[in-house]
Amino acid sequence: MSQSIVRMIGLSVALGMLISLGFGCTTEQGSTMHLKRMADSLYAVMAADRKIYSKLVVNRLVNEEAVIKASEHWRDDRALPLPAQMFRMAAEEAMDSGANFAYSLLSLWPINPQNKPRTDMEKTGLKYLMDNPGKNYYGEESLGGRRYFTALYPDVAVADACVDCHNDHKDSPKSDFEIGDTMGGVIIRIPM
Amino acid sequence: MASRRAWIIWCSFALAGSGYLGSTLLGQDKTVYVPGTTSDGHYQIELRCDTCHAYAFGGGPVLQKRCLTCHGEELQRIQDSHPRRVFIDPRNADRIADVDASQCISCHKEHRPEMDRGMGVTLPVDFCFYCHEDIAEDRLSHRDVPFDTCADAGCHNFHDNSGLYEAFLVKNAEAPDTLDIAKVPKRNAAEVRRMVNKRPLRRLTRDDHDAPRYLDVEEQIILDWEETAHAKSEVNCMDCHQVAGITNEWRDNPEFKACNTCHKMEVSGYIQGKHGMRLALELSPMTPAQARLPMKKKNRDNAMGCTSCHRSHRFDTVDAAVKACLKCHDDQHSKAYKASLHFDLWRKENEGEGETGRGVSCATCHLPREVRRHRGKDIVRVQHNQNGNLRPNETMIRDVCLRCHGLSFSLDALADESLIRNNFKGGPARHVKSIDWAVARAKNAQRDKERQRVK
Ligand code: HEC
Repeated sequence: MSQSIVRMIGLSVALGMLISLGFGCTTEQGSTMHLKRMADSLYAVMAADRKIYSKLVVNRLVNEEAVIKASEHWRDDRALPLPAQMFRMAAEEAMDSGANFAYSLLSLWPINPQNKPRTDMEKTGLKYLMDNPGKNYYGEESLGGRRYFTALYPDVAVADACVDCHNDHKDSPKSDFEIGDTMGGVIIRIPM
Repeated sequence: MASRRAWIIWCSFALAGSGYLGSTLLGQDKTVYVPGTTSDGHYQIELRCDTCHAYAFGGGPVLQKRCLTCHGEELQRIQDSHPRRVFIDPRNADRIADVDASQCISCHKEHRPEMDRGMGVTLPVDFCFYCHEDIAEDRLSHRDVPFDTCADAGCHNFHDNSGLYEAFLVKNAEAPDTLDIAKVPKRNAAEVRRMVNKRPLRRLTRDDHDAPRYLDVEEQIILDWEETAHAKSEVNCMDCHQVAGITNEWRDNPEFKACNTCHKMEVSGYIQGKHGMRLALELSPMTPAQARLPMKKKNRDNAMGCTSCHRSHRFDTVDAAVKACLKCHDDQHSKAYKASLHFDLWRKENEGEGETGRGVSCATCHLPREVRRHRGKDIVRVQHNQNGNLRPNETMIRDVCLRCHGLSFSLDALADESLIRNNFKGGPARHVKSIDWAVARAKNAQRDKERQRVK
């Protein structure tokens, strides 16, 4: 009798532990799923903004209407900022106004040396994007004593303009980009 | 017994001491609390501790906010190369672990004069290394350049590189020493006032003046006023001497707040600058006696306000641009001015011999004309905050030197300290290599690109 009670108690404890462990796992998985969905949504907004700016502002005013130029030194040249600069400035502005995530545009062959991969995850992530066209990369990393969910999305040369400008730029270490190449990636970090 | 006496003595000293410290903390003169000599930039306001130390227990973030309250706008204007926002990305966490470049006070430590490297603020020496350690990899010219020379004259600044960035150096590489159309932009405050005013402005004459008749105003004052841009732009006596909300009743000596009703940009610069910063904090006005630069004995106790340089009621800008300065300033550079080519041009312009806009006064360089754009038009105003282009002196390049000189000549001249002391009499004896390096790099890069394409 007492033995079976002990057995039952033991069994329920083990079962309870298993269940809670299972729950723990799924919630943890659930939370990274949640972070992944969040990163994907953030990326969708960023990509949409960049696309619209490139198409409806830069391309329309520079190439179609020819009323203004786009230039890296846009202030001095009284011109439009380049889409990549617009992207970086918005990322900095968002972080400065307290956004609880960080993002930037990186490349293994950057024009701006500050866009070169620095952390291990940036290096492996970018490499993964190069080797697996069309795929995203997800992972976790610790930076400055904090843990982050990190996602990388490929940035592909979709137009001649991307290729021409990067190949000709004096600060670009690469001059044989071709249309369809993955030129770099957008990295998004969300604290866990 | 002896120990009791010791206790009594100790207690009375402690009481007296804390009484003294407590009363000074609440009083005006807090000198005893200043922990060390304050920097050139802040010493005038050091007794208003609360300007920076807004809360007794506020640490970094509180101080940071206070720095930006005064310096934020200027940092934006000069297109700060290293704003806080570039450092807060977690990917830079390891970089700012050593020097937290997102906080002003990480580099600019106040009350530590021994760390001042001649810039009026304390500065670390080779901090560029933390983020740019591999700079020599793509700039061969930098291979043997030590990191403690990055900020040398004519090379780089941490904040303001608007006249030093690579493409700018290349673009301006060929400019001659002195430009053919060397000219200072013309101020256009009156024009702008006409443009924004809803109805046309009437030119006032002596009979239109609206000072209360009981005051019996001296005729010379009225005649002086009649000649000014004020009378020409329909600005009457009451517009300065009795401004609603500022001086509700007639004031013989209206202060800067009255000028501020129309000259907002000038006044806001003035009260951020060396001459007016005390006024912004409601301290007594600055006097030459408080200055750290050599000043003439005679005018040591003159209180500074708008009218100490722009004398009422003539508001003669020619007077204000040289005479007013030399009334007080007595350092070598100031004393050498009248023997300079710059002064010669100024004299000629004002005697009707030279072209307008070619003369160079003290104000031309130290209170420069600033051009802002509004609806596609230039608005030219005088920037009265001289801090913005004082130190490091390359901050003068764009708004001052390049109006008349080429970039290479300007960089060389600004790097030559003895030339600065004698107020630019003669040519620069130094040569800064920045432009040569930038041009060479641009050429090499182009050649490399072509070679890569051929391959
Ligand atoms: C007119 C020139 C120009 C065009 C066109 C252009 N870029 Fe860039 N791109 C730049 C510059 C300049 C930077 C550096 C921006 C900065 O300061 O961070 C840059 C940055 C980048 C980066 C970050 C890494 C780096 O090089 O610093 C990526 C990735 C990138 N661009 C991809 C693209 C793609 C994809 C396109 C086309 C959709 C494109 N670019 C079009 C000039 C251009």
